[in-house]
Amino acid sequence: MSTQATELRLNASRIRPGLIITWTLLFIGGLIMVTPLLYMFSTSLKSAGQVYDLRLIPAAPTFDNYIKVLSDGRFARWFFNSALVAITVTLSNVFFDSLVGYTLAKFQFRGRQLVFIAILSTLMIPTEMLVIPWYLMSSQLGWLDSYWGIMFPGMMTAFGTFLMKQFFEGVPDDFLEAARVDGLNEFTIWWKVAMPLVTPAISALAIFTFLGNWTAFFWPLIVTTSRELYTLPVGLSSFAVEQSIQWEMIMTGAALATIPTLLVFLFFQRYIVRGVMLAGLKG
Amino acid sequence: MAASAQSTSAGATRKGRSGFRLTLHGRKVLWAWTFLALPIVFYCWIRFYPTLSAFWMSFTDWDLLRPANFVGLANYQKLFADPNFWKVFRNTFTYLIIGTPVSLVLSFVIAFYLDRVRFMHGFIRALYFLPFLTTAAAMAWVWRWFYQPIPIGVFNDVLASLGLPAQPFLRSTTQALPSILVTGIWAGLGFQIIIFMAGLRAIPSTYYEAARVDGLGEWAILTRITLPLLKPTTVFLVVFSSIGFLRIFDQVYNMTTNDPGGPLNSTKPLVLMIYQTAFSSFQMGYAAAQTVVLFTILLAVSLLQLWIMRKR
Repeated sequence: MSTQATELRLNASRIRPGLIITWTLLFIGGLIMVTPLLYMFSTSLKSAGQVYDLRLIPAAPTFDNYIKVLSDGRFARWFFNSALVAITVTLSNVFFDSLVGYTLAKFQFRGRQLVFIAILSTLMIPTEMLVIPWYLMSSQLGWLDSYWGIMFPGMMTAFGTFLMKQFFEGVPDDFLEAARVDGLNEFTIWWKVAMPLVTPAISALAIFTFLGNWTAFFWPLIVTTSRELYTLPVGLSSFAVEQSIQWEMIMTGAALATIPTLLVFLFFQRYIVRGVMLAGLKG
Repeated sequence: MAASAQSTSAGATRKGRSGFRLTLHGRKVLWAWTFLALPIVFYCWIRFYPTLSAFWMSFTDWDLLRPANFVGLANYQKLFADPNFWKVFRNTFTYLIIGTPVSLVLSFVIAFYLDRVRFMHGFIRALYFLPFLTTAAAMAWVWRWFYQPIPIGVFNDVLASLGLPAQPFLRSTTQALPSILVTGIWAGLGFQIIIFMAGLRAIPSTYYEAARVDGLGEWAILTRITLPLLKPTTVFLVVFSSIGFLRIFDQVYNMTTNDPGGPLNSTKPLVLMIYQTAFSSFQMGYAAAQTVVLFTILLAVSLLQLWIMRKR
């Protein structure tokens, strides 16, 4: 609190009082932005009878809804599915996108440019165009309604490859040559020498891939048919339809889907914001 | 591999030096293709083959039950003759034409002022950024609840307390699309603000100092220095958000589950039409033709970006 006060005093001498109005407006705008989240949490803590009372602070907060929603284990299962899918796909992207980005940035060979352009060209193809062939492929290979079926389309991405290539280009060749002189093989050079030099890029890639897969809706909706394999967003959607007008239950489900990413954000705010900036500037 | 290992262990005599270099290069090429082998299989199998397959399917009458027959352009003729398609086409572009400028202007203004504020900067930035981290499918239900009629809906409750008439929102053919659009803009705003702020930070402060020395006012600095130098960021965000709005699905699907894309198709975007054609009526060939149309639209938007960036 005291550091903030000194910060304000220091700035006040530099900038005009108009800044106070700016700050206030920005603050109000920020509150409006999180209002849906606040109402979601507030309503999830209200009983069915209190839902019509639209005060933000519940008169008699209760965790009954959470107990009810979590009791049959469905949400726990969807939560597990989403975590498994998002983590696996993220690990795969960190590994393969980095490896391909590194190869395209640091190796000289015929066909390099062709491979790069071919991978980059897939950025132009929207997922929506691929889902019908993917669906056919999955039904022929028995991938429908399986974890692999949900995961396979995202195991590598052109965006991640491009991002990693950009960063590996900034790694000095001398470092890699020194490792070569030491007799390390190329795989070890990439994994042990080059990768640690691009950790900000890796965290940016990991954050984007994880978030994208955690919130993914379209493909999991298509490829899963049994309730046990739904991811959290698809499960929540089916749960909400089923609850019809029991809004306190729907808000509890929505809150359960949102809490994990909010927790991740609280712990990794700095990395996430920096990662988004990095990816946006380089991408 | 064995030969090259031998030549390294031989300690590279002066005579064998050029041979050693060649094998070193050859070995690196071999490593490169080893690293690329699995990814190349992946991109061919999971990206390129399905793309060609989608084009091919769009010329067939495939419906999951019977084998596909080649029908030429029949799917496209049927699509362009379908008034529903034109309705959906108009909806899709309405999301884009309202959504992109509104979200860009809002996010620029917020980023511009937020960049100057130091007091609790991180906290205020977090408030704007948080919605970007939420699951669209979950938040769509929160907004859907907000739009409910009295006494459930928050918005109508506020209107009533101000003495204003209640609005139908999602139940009206004219208000439903903007109501859903607000959710989409809200969800994407935080990302755009962060990117704009990164762009603003990248402008060297010497430019501003020089402008102040020259006696330029705030407005002149904004229009002659900030905005022109921010052009790459702006073009990136225009394309990014345009593609996002052209592909809107999660919000529409979840906010209109009782009549997807309704009322009376007034909110249905192209991706929802594709989803229904393919996975509700199983007209795979016809749906593939719709995805080709979506692909063409997105390609045009991307090429437009390249063209604008070239002209810089």
